Amino acid sequence: MNRHLISAGDLSLDDALLILDTADELASTAARPMKKLPTLRGRTVVNLFYEDSTRTRISFEAAAKRLSADVINFSAKGSSVAKGESLKDTALTLEAMGADAVVIRHSASGAPHRLAGWVRGSVVNAGDGAHEHPTQALLDAFTMRRRLGRIEELRVTIVGDVLHSRVARSNVLLLSTLGADVTLVAPPTLLPVAVGSWPCSVGYDLDAALPKADVVMMLRVQQERMNAAYFPSVREYSRRYGLDAARMALLPDHGIVMHPGPMNRGVEIAAEVADSARSTIVEQVANGVSVRMAVLYLLLGGAWETGEQR
Amino acid sequence: MLEPVEIRRALTRVAHEILERTNGGGDVILLGIPTRGVPLARRLAERLEQVEGRPVPAGSLDVTMYRDDLRLRPARALGHTEVPAEGIDNKIVVLVDDVLYSGRTVRAALDALGDLGRPRAVQLAVLVDRGHRELPIRADYVGKNLPTSQRELVRVLLTEIDGQDAVLLGATPDAAGREGS
Repeated sequence: MNRHLISAGDLSLDDALLILDTADELASTAARPMKKLPTLRGRTVVNLFYEDSTRTRISFEAAAKRLSADVINFSAKGSSVAKGESLKDTALTLEAMGADAVVIRHSASGAPHRLAGWVRGSVVNAGDGAHEHPTQALLDAFTMRRRLGRIEELRVTIVGDVLHSRVARSNVLLLSTLGADVTLVAPPTLLPVAVGSWPCSVGYDLDAALPKADVVMMLRVQQERMNAAYFPSVREYSRRYGLDAARMALLPDHGIVMHPGPMNRGVEIAAEVADSARSTIVEQVANGVSVRMAVLYLLLGGAWETGEQR
Repeated sequence: MLEPVEIRRALTRVAHEILERTNGGGDVILLGIPTRGVPLARRLAERLEQVEGRPVPAGSLDVTMYRDDLRLRPARALGHTEVPAEGIDNKIVVLVDDVLYSGRTVRAALDALGDLGRPRAVQLAVLVDRGHRELPIRADYVGKNLPTSQRELVRVLLTEIDGQDAVLLGATPDAAGREGS
C-alpha cells in the first residue's frame, strides 16, 4: 500500500480488499463493551479541515480515538488560516508538532497531494474540491459488500450531481477496481466533460436504469458549489432525478439505496425512501468509522519498507 | 519432528490433562490464536466432547492489534476473532497456539482477553514448546517439548490449512526465526 491515501484510483485490488477485510474485523470491536484498541498509542492524527464537515471529521476522530491515537482538530475557522497562513506554513507547523498522519479536507482539488510533499507523515484525503473522497468510496463499497455479499459484478447506479461530486469520482474508480459495473445517471449539465474517459457507462434516464440496479446511490445536489443554472428548477430536477417511493419500487427486490449524506430530503431523495428498510444511510455512517480505522491502522500501524521506523 | 500420529496422541493427552485440571471442563472455553491455533482449538474441543459427552465452546482470538512488534514490520492483515456467544466472563479460558517461543504472542493475547471480559482463569495449551522465552510466561499444557537453537525454524503444518499434519525443524536464513508465540 501507498504511504498516503489521496485517490481511490491509487488503490490496487489487493489494497482495497485488505482495507475492506481489515474493516470487517474492526467492525466487530464496535459491538464490544470495550471499544478501544491500543494499537496507535502515542501516535498523533491531525484533522485539518478547511471546509465544514461534521460527519467526516467526527468519523475520523472516532476512528483515531478507538485506536488510541491522539487527535488534534484544526479547523480553518478561527485559526491562523483565517489570519492568512498558507497551506504550506500550516503543514510545516503540523510537522513540527510531530503529526504522524494528517487528515485533510480542502476546497481546492489537489491540496492533499501538495501536502503529501511537505510532511513526513501519512496524508489522508478527506475530500478535496470536486476531486476525490476515497474513504467515502471505501465505506460505500464496504456497505455494499455487507448488504449484498459481494462487489464483483454488482450493478451500481450513481445518480445526480456528478459534476460537483468527489464521492462519485472516488466511487467510480474504486468500484471499477473491485469489479463492479457502474452507471452514472444525471442531467447532461451535471456531468463532467471528461466523463467519457471514466471506467463506467453514462445514462440520462433514471427510470430505465433502476430495474437493473443492485445499488442506487443518490448524490446530494451541491447548491453551494453551483454558480450557474444547471437545471431549470429544483422541482423539475426532483421530478426527473429524485428517488421517491414509486421509483424505488422499480428496483429489484434485493436492491439497496445509498446516500453519502447530508441529504436534501425532498430534492434528490424522498423522506420515505431515506427512512425505508432498503436505505443503508445510517449503516454507512457506522461503517465509516470501521473503514477509517482500517485505513489509519494500515497507514500508521506498521513500519514502511524503507526500514524507517514510524 | 512429529508425525501425524504423534500429533494426534499429543492432542489427546493434552485434552485429558485439560479435563483433569479443570474438573471435567465444565466452564472451559478454548480460544485458538490465528492462524494455526484455531484448528488446534477445534480439535481439542472435539476430543473434550468425545470424552465428556457435552460440547465445549471453541473460538479464535486475534492478537495482531495488541502485538508489541507492530512497528518493526509493515502493517499486517488481521486474523479473525470469534468469541463464543456466552462470553468469557467467569469462564476458564484455555488459549491454544501451535508454537510457544518468545511468549510475546501470549502476552498480547492476555491484553486482548482483558478487553473482552474477565475470565475466572486463563491457561495456555501449545502443541510445541521450543524454549527461548523472552517474558515470564509458561504453558499449562504442552504437546511436545522441543529443545531448539534460536537459529532454527519450527514449522507446524495442519491438515485444515496446509493439507497435512507435521512438525518440521529446519535452519532459517534469518536468525530471528519464526515469530511463533
